[in-house]
Amino acid sequence: MGLFDRHAGLLDAYRDVRTTGADPFQIRMERVLSPTEAIINGKKCLLVGTNNYFGLTFDPSCMDAAIEAIRAEGTGTTGSRIANGSYSEHVALEREIAEFYGKKHCMVFTTGYQANLGVISTLVGPEDFLLIDADSHASIYDACKQTQAEVVRFKHNDPASLDARLRRLKDRDEGDKPGNRLVVLEGIYSMLGDSAPLEEFIAVCKKHGAYVLIDEAHSLGALGEHGRGLCEAAGVLDDCHFIVGTFSKTLGAIGGYCVSNDPDFDILRVTTRAYMFTASLPPSIVASVRQSLRVVKERGPQLRKQLWDNVHTLYDGLVEQGFKLGPEYGPVVGVHLPDRMTAIGFWRAMLDAGIYVNVAVPPATPNGVSLLRCSLCAVHTREQLDHMIEVMTGIGRQMGVLAPKLKVVGSGR
Amino acid sequence: MRTAQNVIVENDDATAILLRRVPTRGEVMAEIVTQLATFRTDDRHVIRGETVIAKDLAIDSLAVMDMVMELEDRFDVSIPMNVVAEIQTVDELANTILKLAARR
Ligand SMILES: Cc1ncc(COP(=O)(O)O)c(C=O)c1O
Repeated sequence: MGLFDRHAGLLDAYRDVRTTGADPFQIRMERVLSPTEAIINGKKCLLVGTNNYFGLTFDPSCMDAAIEAIRAEGTGTTGSRIANGSYSEHVALEREIAEFYGKKHCMVFTTGYQANLGVISTLVGPEDFLLIDADSHASIYDACKQTQAEVVRFKHNDPASLDARLRRLKDRDEGDKPGNRLVVLEGIYSMLGDSAPLEEFIAVCKKHGAYVLIDEAHSLGALGEHGRGLCEAAGVLDDCHFIVGTFSKTLGAIGGYCVSNDPDFDILRVTTRAYMFTASLPPSIVASVRQSLRVVKERGPQLRKQLWDNVHTLYDGLVEQGFKLGPEYGPVVGVHLPDRMTAIGFWRAMLDAGIYVNVAVPPATPNGVSLLRCSLCAVHTREQLDHMIEVMTGIGRQMGVLAPKLKVVGSGR
Repeated sequence: MRTAQNVIVENDDATAILLRRVPTRGEVMAEIVTQLATFRTDDRHVIRGETVIAKDLAIDSLAVMDMVMELEDRFDVSIPMNVVAEIQTVDELANTILKLAARR
């Protein structure tokens, strides 16, 4: 068997994708113009698939902070915090994130992927139990491969399913099996934009004495009175033992973090391989993230309102035209399409019409669904979104995804 | 809507009535065959104990894990993901369920 033979199935699927003439996984952003526009294939396109929820990638104050930091401290740290030490700014950023959540401790990672991978796989070990939602992000699944704990999967957003699995961790003869239980949830799920029923999950976890880790990657800024995420919106911040997040979406940069009140939390700095054996964030990123966190504190309420107004505009607009969407409003709007090829054809037609969204097809999606994944930005304009709905409706009719218009409107010129 | 009330009712429905006792091998096999039926590549294909799940059927690893979750609830056992990864045949899957159910 050749090295690549095992990927034969995936290769076939990938070939399907490319038959449309454009490869969604190798899109070239020839020039990014703003949080909502870029030149793709020589043409100006509207961006509705970049997780740039507050549009902070071009915030002048964040850009200035990054530029100043480069001048003051150079372009990179050239090593990990364990080897090359922490810059004062790393420490300051950690303090500020901890304060933002009202938690005692914070660890910053080079990506959110590494935060999940490192923290989850290290928190639980032999004899422990890790319980994950079936629709968890790849970084959480990868943590499962690294940990020595027993991993059990429960049905997506289903507290009863978690309850049953925690209950089963009791032996008839010996009672409760020893070992810690860690439950991993996400604030907003990245494919369909749905939120976890967090209060109910917390009640189940309390009942069984399980620790809770929540990944607020897509909910930072978007949910909660201060933008802390679902943990805040659901009023259970104190019951979430570990909160993980990313700087790569709402905060417009790159990096990840985990906060906690556990007094021994800092031991993770010398046990978590994804923290110890990779270079730390460069000064420019740390500076821009510190500034974007300030923006979230100062202008958060306004940006959040704009974001949710846009969510409602797109979601309601698409529902009205007959599209089948994810189950609830969210900064991610997943549009269900009947199959892989339709999704890819639709995606391609949208790109031709100057609108960039993500296409998500099996095996990257839950339950084998094919989706167009749209993510909204606080600075999308009403006109941009109205235009997008119009374009999608046209393509939907052309491709037979939407029923043809019933009422014939007067013929155009 | 999910309510605390539902949680209790669901558990009772799904598990307690049939499965306070250890299931028989026949019951487990029958349920596995039902769950796997939609993944046959050919309607005439009969799923047997020696059927290799990932090879003889058109099922990807995620769908295997989803199917396992249904079986878990049916027989009130939890099969850890690392154990699932090592299961190859229908017989092995049935044995795992029977072993876990006996320990319950
Ligand atoms: C739910 C979730 N967690 C974690 C990550 C990883 O974030 P990062 O881009 O910082 O690695 C992502 C983004 O891809 C995500 O969607």
